[in-house]
Amino acid sequence: MKGMTTIVKKTTQILAGIIFLYGAYVVIHGHLTPGGGFAGGVIMAGAFILVTLAFGGGFLNLKKEETGSTATENIAVLIVIILSLVGLFLGAKVFFLNFLPRGTVGELVSAGVLPLYNIFVGIEVTSSIFILFLALVIFKEEDT
Amino acid sequence: MIPYWMCFALFLVGLYGVITRRNLVKIAISLSIMEVSTFLFFALMGYIEGGKFPIVDPAEPGQLYVDPLPQALVLTAIVIGLATTSLLMAVIIRIYRKYKTFDIREIRNLRG
Amino acid sequence: MNPIIPMLVIVPLASAFLIMVLGKLIRDLPGYFTSAVFLVLLITSYYAWMHNGNGITVYKVGGWEAVNKIPIGIYMVLDGLSVIMLCLISTLGFLSAVYSLSYMKRYTGEEYYYALLCLLVAGMNGVVLSGDLFNIFVFLEISVIASYALVAFGVEKNELEASFKYQVLGGIASLLILFGIGLIYWKAKTLNIADIREAFKAGYDGTYYTFVQMLILCGFGVKAAIMPFHAWLPDAHSSAPSPISAMLSGVFIKAVGIYVILRLFFSMFVISEQIAFVITALGTLSMVFGVFLAIGQWDIKRLLAYHSISQMGYVIMSAGIGMILLSRGTRPDVALLAITGGLYHLINHAAFKGLLFLNAGALEYRLGTRDLKEMGGLASEMPITAGTSFVASMSISGIPPFNGFFSKLIIVIACIRGRFYLLAFLAILVSIITLASFLKFQRYAFYNKTNAGKDLTGKEVATPMVFSMIVLGMLCLLMSLLAIPSVRESLLKPAVDVLMDAGNCMSKIIGM
Repeated sequence: MKGMTTIVKKTTQILAGIIFLYGAYVVIHGHLTPGGGFAGGVIMAGAFILVTLAFGGGFLNLKKEETGSTATENIAVLIVIILSLVGLFLGAKVFFLNFLPRGTVGELVSAGVLPLYNIFVGIEVTSSIFILFLALVIFKEEDT
Repeated sequence: MIPYWMCFALFLVGLYGVITRRNLVKIAISLSIMEVSTFLFFALMGYIEGGKFPIVDPAEPGQLYVDPLPQALVLTAIVIGLATTSLLMAVIIRIYRKYKTFDIREIRNLRG
Repeated sequence: MNPIIPMLVIVPLASAFLIMVLGKLIRDLPGYFTSAVFLVLLITSYYAWMHNGNGITVYKVGGWEAVNKIPIGIYMVLDGLSVIMLCLISTLGFLSAVYSLSYMKRYTGEEYYYALLCLLVAGMNGVVLSGDLFNIFVFLEISVIASYALVAFGVEKNELEASFKYQVLGGIASLLILFGIGLIYWKAKTLNIADIREAFKAGYDGTYYTFVQMLILCGFGVKAAIMPFHAWLPDAHSSAPSPISAMLSGVFIKAVGIYVILRLFFSMFVISEQIAFVITALGTLSMVFGVFLAIGQWDIKRLLAYHSISQMGYVIMSAGIGMILLSRGTRPDVALLAITGGLYHLINHAAFKGLLFLNAGALEYRLGTRDLKEMGGLASEMPITAGTSFVASMSISGIPPFNGFFSKLIIVIACIRGRFYLLAFLAILVSIITLASFLKFQRYAFYNKTNAGKDLTGKEVATPMVFSMIVLGMLCLLMSLLAIPSVRESLLKPAVDVLMDAGNCMSKIIGM
């Protein structure tokens, strides 16, 4: 897949970073404002998809088997599961226990484990949506 | 009451599309329409007149909030919908490669 | 607070993702790892069965206790009915995983297969254990999406077409269920099954309530392949790889279809006579027409798939009879007998239909065809496959001393004692036609000598496949023991009690 015109490339250069940063903002502030892991992850994946569309598949060194992205996705899910299991082995022996100190409401570092869940879910969603995009769009053209 | 009936009408529009369309991709789109109508219904259900988004602000104790549960449900359902739709599209692409057509009338190996 | 309950869901879920990470590095790991995980699940669920007894265990995820006796957290409920379903799922899951060790060597991408199998089991365990409507929906979707992908695993023309059909019908069903859940939440303002029962008992609008019930029945009816909604099942179950067919027919349609129908219509809605009549009618319809559609099939797996519809009709019909009698409130002993018969038949069906699909898989593995006309005279070359499939065929057609006979006998006795003479007659008739259909299967596959001139490369299949088939064959015989009233009393009574005495059980859950 080849890239698009210079205008698109230049605009993408400016926008992609901002989109990615905004997605990261939504993920990190998931426990304070509407949004969270899934919504922010989709925005972050949007930045990757924009770059891939504008610069073509060769730019990101994409291969047929996206092992890197798949591994990221699986490891992020495993970390979420491990975080929830830690709650099982600490204190009250319940699953999904909020075992970290809660902090004060409204600050960035508060709400115990919720920001951690949000961050790893965000990573997972980013990589999985990027894989979906690659599987459905890019590799369709290669064979046949 | 009218918005709720509109949701149900949208649901039926999607169902009509699934039943009558002959193109695989259009069937997938109709399924998405049904899905969205259900999400809209959930979102309407939780709305309370004058409510704010449900993140508790300790500065305003008397504030009215909308029902957060349907929103959580809709978010989960959207994620599930994303998974089903993308799997459906992947299967459609594979079918297109095998049969060289999107027309459902020509894809009839299985009968009986 | 028993940590076993969430572990039953989280262990297969985590191992699915672990397989995806490690499977790329170590080649033979996924199969053995999956078998080991399912063995652990098997032991755990039997342990839970032995120790649960008549009790109900509630697990509150995240430690959110009820406020003023109103449940606010996510509840996972382990009671007599769900523990039996858990045992079925893990038994058949383990045997399918062992069978896959040699069967799946022909396919590429084994680690994807095993990861999806783990997801399927995780989803089904979740459906069976969850105590609120929305989690039932979420876990249902996890297992259903895994099954969509598994049906299409061969990526040939037939598999893809079957998967597409299944996905469209399954998608509509899921949305009907979601819509029904939304309508329930709108009126009841809660999603906990026990709490919804309390809310609906307090008073409800009749038409609205019936509409919700019909939405839910249609939605889960598609998942359970009851007759007017059965169109996807023969294609999907015959196109999937054989161990997956065994899982789908053996436990999947039960766990996500029939279990949920039983749970919601007995425990959540207040039983009304009209909906009980509808359920009985649908069950009878699929029992009779499923077998008539099956008899003309020459593809082994399609034949078995149509028989699944028919046998599930028995279960739904007897549950419906139980509901009718319970709603009238006249003959509770007959209602107890009908529900026991239905559950017993459900368990038996998991054993013999799983075994039959594994046999079909063995034949397909050796001969490369599923067409009965191209087989023949295999009894001497594949003695174990022939023997086990004989056991399973006799079980499904209700020949003593195999297990199918006793469960059908209990259902027929319940029909007669409840004065449903027509249904009793139909049940016996369907059983006879089933026998005819399976005699055809036996004759053409194993005893017919017409194709003797053709070179059949038949010899017995590999050890893991033989192991699974023999274990299931033994189970078919062993489960006849449940016909003895005292054994049945001790093993099935907790499950039947959950359905018979739903109001009491549900109020216990709220009290916890």
